[in-house]
Amino acid sequence: MSRKLNYREAMREAMHEALTNDPRVFLMGEDVGMYGGTYAFSKGFLDEFGPERIRDTPLSELGFVGAGIGAALGGMRPIVEVMTVNFSLLALDQIVNSAATFRHMSGGQFSVPLVIRMTTGAGRQLAAQHSHSLEGWYAHIPGIKVLAPATIEDARGMLAPALADPDPVVIFEHAGLFNMEGELPDDWSVDISSAKVRRAGKDVAIITHGGSLPKALAAAEQLAAAGIDAEVLDLRVLRPLDTATIMASVAKCRRAVVVDEGWRTGSLAAEVMARIMENAFYELDAPVARVCSEEVPIPYARHMEEAALPQAEKIVAAVKGFFA
Amino acid sequence: MTDHHAAAPPAGAVPWKKDFALRLLADMVRIRRMEEKAAEMYGAGKIRGFLHLYIGEEATAVGALHALSPEDNIVATYREHGHALVRGMDMGAIMAEMYGKREGCAHGRGGSMHLFDKATRLFGGNAIVGGGLPLAVGLGLATKMQNEKRITACFFGDGAVAEGAFHESMNLAALWKLPVLFCCENNLFGMGTSIERAESQTDLCVKAASYNMPALKVDGMDIVAVHEVTKQAAQRVRVGEGPLFVEYQTYRFRAHSMFDAELYRQKAEVEEWKTRGPIHTFSARLKAGGKLSEEEFLAIDAAANSEVAAAVAFAEAGTWEPIEDLLKDLHTS
Ligand SMILES: Cc1ncc(C[n+]2csc(CCOP(=O)(O)OP(=O)(O)O)c2C)c(N)n1
Ligand SMILES: [Mg+2]
Repeated sequence: MSRKLNYREAMREAMHEALTNDPRVFLMGEDVGMYGGTYAFSKGFLDEFGPERIRDTPLSELGFVGAGIGAALGGMRPIVEVMTVNFSLLALDQIVNSAATFRHMSGGQFSVPLVIRMTTGAGRQLAAQHSHSLEGWYAHIPGIKVLAPATIEDARGMLAPALADPDPVVIFEHAGLFNMEGELPDDWSVDISSAKVRRAGKDVAIITHGGSLPKALAAAEQLAAAGIDAEVLDLRVLRPLDTATIMASVAKCRRAVVVDEGWRTGSLAAEVMARIMENAFYELDAPVARVCSEEVPIPYARHMEEAALPQAEKIVAAVKGFFA
Repeated sequence: MTDHHAAAPPAGAVPWKKDFALRLLADMVRIRRMEEKAAEMYGAGKIRGFLHLYIGEEATAVGALHALSPEDNIVATYREHGHALVRGMDMGAIMAEMYGKREGCAHGRGGSMHLFDKATRLFGGNAIVGGGLPLAVGLGLATKMQNEKRITACFFGDGAVAEGAFHESMNLAALWKLPVLFCCENNLFGMGTSIERAESQTDLCVKAASYNMPALKVDGMDIVAVHEVTKQAAQRVRVGEGPLFVEYQTYRFRAHSMFDAELYRQKAEVEEWKTRGPIHTFSARLKAGGKLSEEEFLAIDAAANSEVAAAVAFAEAGTWEPIEDLLKDLHTS
């Protein structure tokens, strides 16, 4: 029997299960313990698992993310939580120069079985130092896997395979999804290798991930009312990209729009478009379109923030452009 | 959970002329009333995002900033409403910024955490913990290289001390003998993490000493002490002695931001610290010394309340920046 829960609860359950099942797993980050987690993902964990395994850190992102890498090298299975992707920039050196390189640079001797979770994305009027979507940057880095759970199932199911993965996995949780409710099916186990069609259609493929998925689905509903049958493809795994599933959707629909909350220039959307060019150019009826964030730091005022971000209306307009 | 017992409330005669003392008192009251209103407007949905109140800590910004000159540079954090106001920014421009209105100091682009004001040399509220420290070093460097007299006062919290940026900045400033005043507002918590749970060495002045930087510790609830110590410190920095570190020991009376169940501290601890509240203790001292009457206090409070009412009216009447301007100001030209 399926049951209803929200994204936050799904992620909390996933961490709870991991902590219960494997003594090597521990959670480390700012205010994960006594405060209950910045977004209450780990509320109650400190009492249940104790301060050794629910480890509050000082404001030392470079230090504790690096310590997570070291602990993984030393035999533990850390889950390191960074409050937001903006703050992860303080730890970028350790992630890019150490976590991502060690396996290859050591000639295959040292793996880093680490999971790093962080909040990403805009939509809460937190302005330019708390709202960015930099998962596309991380997806640029060979040596790490990048996940973007955008459904209740993925929020519940992605952590276990990420922890089982022998290499570093970075999980991006979009802040706009935390209160989203949904049905969790009985079998919620998921892989961390494939993209997934969230709505089947035949006229246009809307390719997206993370916080833009609900917007893409809303756009598809609006398009259906206008007689356009849109397919919505959730990338889920941003690195490595599941090229085959992307091309299957593109070949079926012959038109594609890529929706990405990252900035347009050098975006993940650009990479997806390039792959379509390389692999499916002759299947296309029209040039691939994209809806990205405007190229500005995200502003505070609500109307400006909304204008800066991809929205269902912008997706609808981009799709209608194909049929004009 | 650690108990942070409050010392006795600040007491003793106020060694200042009445005029000056009342000006500083008025500034503390202005911040308090402005922020209480901001909290109310947050509840009403007029202000959104994060809102970090300075309530309880007013003596630090007021005492310290009155010890600086208008030519000095200020670098602040996301808990900077008070600093902006005391520095001379118009309350209406601050309130309008919190509302996200075009008439705000940054046209509504930054909001509460990012108050900027070129006229008063406020180089921003910075929402990356520790993010302001390296900038302050650079501002000090520019001053030194251009033989200017100004100093840079950089405000940051106890939490920021754990960041690498703090240590790198302290070392650079000391190494290059830069005119930077490091103002650490130690309110004993970085969000929900108390200083004992974040620092192996909780005496922050010892850290400054390790960089060969002089350090002073002061009761941040005592505006007289804050002001006198900062004046002294600023003078030393100004004459070229190099950077200086001041630790202001203070306490935040409200939640970290607007969403915070405050599971990490006892209510009793907060109540105990409130007995050291900078406004009522300073008022009592002034009254005891015959420098303040109840009527005068009420007049100060009434003036602050009408300034707040005018600021709210200004923000309410404000307009929204047109969406066509979204890309404006990304580059200078
Ligand atoms: C680099 C970075 N990490 C984490 C945060 C989230 N955060 C915002 S304020 C804060 C606490 C900072 O404490 P402190 O420096 O003592 O200043 P206070 O809030 O007490 O004034 C935290 C953890 C952030 N803004 N930037
Ligand atoms: Mg603090």
